[in-house]
Amino acid sequence: MDYKMTLTPEQETLLNGSRGDAVAKVMKTLVMYGEAFGAEKMVPVTSEKGHLVTSFGLKVMKPVYDLMDTLIEGNAISKQKFSVDPKPIDPNVPAGFLENIVFNKLMYSMQDSYDAQLTKLGLIDKNSYTCACYLDEVGNKPAKGEILSWAESSAVVYANSVLGARCNRNSGIIELFGSITGFVPYFGLLTDEGRKATWVVEVNTTKKPEAQVLGSAIGMKVMEDVPYVKGLDKWLGTELDGDACAYLKDFGAATASNGAVGLYHIANLTPEAKEQGEALIAENAKVYVIDDAELKRVQNEYPVMWKNPDGKPQLCFVGCPHLSLAQLNEWTDNVAEGLKKNGLKKVSVPTVFTSAPGVIEKFNKTEKAKVLKDCGVILSYICPLMYMNNPLCKSKNVITCSNKLRTYTTSRYYRSEQILDIITKEVK
Amino acid sequence: MKQFKGRPVVAGKCTADALVSRGGFNTLASFQGALQFGEIPILGNKYKQTECDDQNNKDLYRKPMLNKALCLPQTIGSTTGGMVLYCAKSLGKSPACLLFSEHIDSLAAAGAILAANFCDTPMVTVDCLGQEFLDYVQDGMKITVDEDGTVTVE
Repeated sequence: MDYKMTLTPEQETLLNGSRGDAVAKVMKTLVMYGEAFGAEKMVPVTSEKGHLVTSFGLKVMKPVYDLMDTLIEGNAISKQKFSVDPKPIDPNVPAGFLENIVFNKLMYSMQDSYDAQLTKLGLIDKNSYTCACYLDEVGNKPAKGEILSWAESSAVVYANSVLGARCNRNSGIIELFGSITGFVPYFGLLTDEGRKATWVVEVNTTKKPEAQVLGSAIGMKVMEDVPYVKGLDKWLGTELDGDACAYLKDFGAATASNGAVGLYHIANLTPEAKEQGEALIAENAKVYVIDDAELKRVQNEYPVMWKNPDGKPQLCFVGCPHLSLAQLNEWTDNVAEGLKKNGLKKVSVPTVFTSAPGVIEKFNKTEKAKVLKDCGVILSYICPLMYMNNPLCKSKNVITCSNKLRTYTTSRYYRSEQILDIITKEVK
Repeated sequence: MKQFKGRPVVAGKCTADALVSRGGFNTLASFQGALQFGEIPILGNKYKQTECDDQNNKDLYRKPMLNKALCLPQTIGSTTGGMVLYCAKSLGKSPACLLFSEHIDSLAAAGAILAANFCDTPMVTVDCLGQEFLDYVQDGMKITVDEDGTVTVE
């Protein structure tokens, strides 16, 4: 193939088939991908582990399974172990007889065979299914400056912004290709220039903005650009403690799903903003001012996809992206307190909290696990988005405080305090 | 008739009717219905025509995308985007070509290049056509794409 970028002798031999035809084709794809962005070289993937976005064995994804078989047969196995996004089904999550038939026979009938393919390709272990792989309990947390070959928009934006790692918004399959060859094209968010902010966002709200709405507003405005956010440290502080990280996890997921943000800087808080300050802002950066009215405008424009907008909520999902342990503890306390205040024993709407298998395992060893169970809340490792893709589930009145889930499904968005209020009061 | 010169990301010839998204095109949200349920007859024709499933895309929601010349600024949303495009092309449920007014984004590039290397026929993809292209083109206009990235709109 013709290419302009400079390859090292090792990279050139991969392209010429030193590890077989399958790896050669993988390398060719990465070179073409890099050339589309003017990459002049490929650089080594330096993180210990990868992360894949495609976790679901959807029957219709036959082209992906065929490709995976080609890779496995061609010994194009990942050079690094990887985690992967959450599983799409969990028997603990409420689903009717017909819904289960659709899940198991029509939709995710390839789950077991796809799981087996992932294991052959380099999956860490059976507990490695989560979108929040960077949580301590999961253990796939890259260090600042490391080069990653990851996908999953919420994980990429977190790794870039909060951890200071370097990763492009890779697509599914491309991220695996980087892990197979051990190289990724050098462009975009891997470069210092690509990490400069081309938007300045000024947060002028009178109270701490809801992470999911603020992220949504910024994502829709800046699309794939890098925003430098001022004024948020007033509400989050200047240290990346558990609360700040949890906030930024949800904020980032909304910027990435409502737009295409792969990196943001928070003044006085995130690592590069702390180090470089406003030197991170590119010349002629555009300005977006966010106040209470702007957040209200953004939330009011979300379409309500329920067939009957005045209907009662039938199911509630909290945890997209997966909840951290601290968030799980806080939600448990808040639900228990809310129910007590309202004279109820159990939540009034069937409610599912979702988190990583490792977090659930740790949480279940604490006393709060019983408190949550007694409140009637189901704790699951599921991907709520995959659950909602079932056409029968689409017709349910589902509520959520996840802007990502709202964007991709018919679920209806409410702020966290609204969700808490709904599920801990009698449904009228 | 007007001509625009872009950069061929995946070169090829193509003729199709235009379908225009003025804002970012969310690939997963747009294709998820057609990909998951396109083979289920009881769900009707809309998924067979690859109707756009993205409720947030006011330009395309519920419009058929199959074999259209999809004109857009960039794609947005989930990083499954490239894989979704690749599957759509492999399964014969994709637009005929992708025409970007801006520089192509990483997810769409992945989909187009995966299709070029792993599908029987490529999905012609041209980027950097400019805002004037997106301002000019309207749904239903006839689009002709040449190997060198020249796009004729009439």
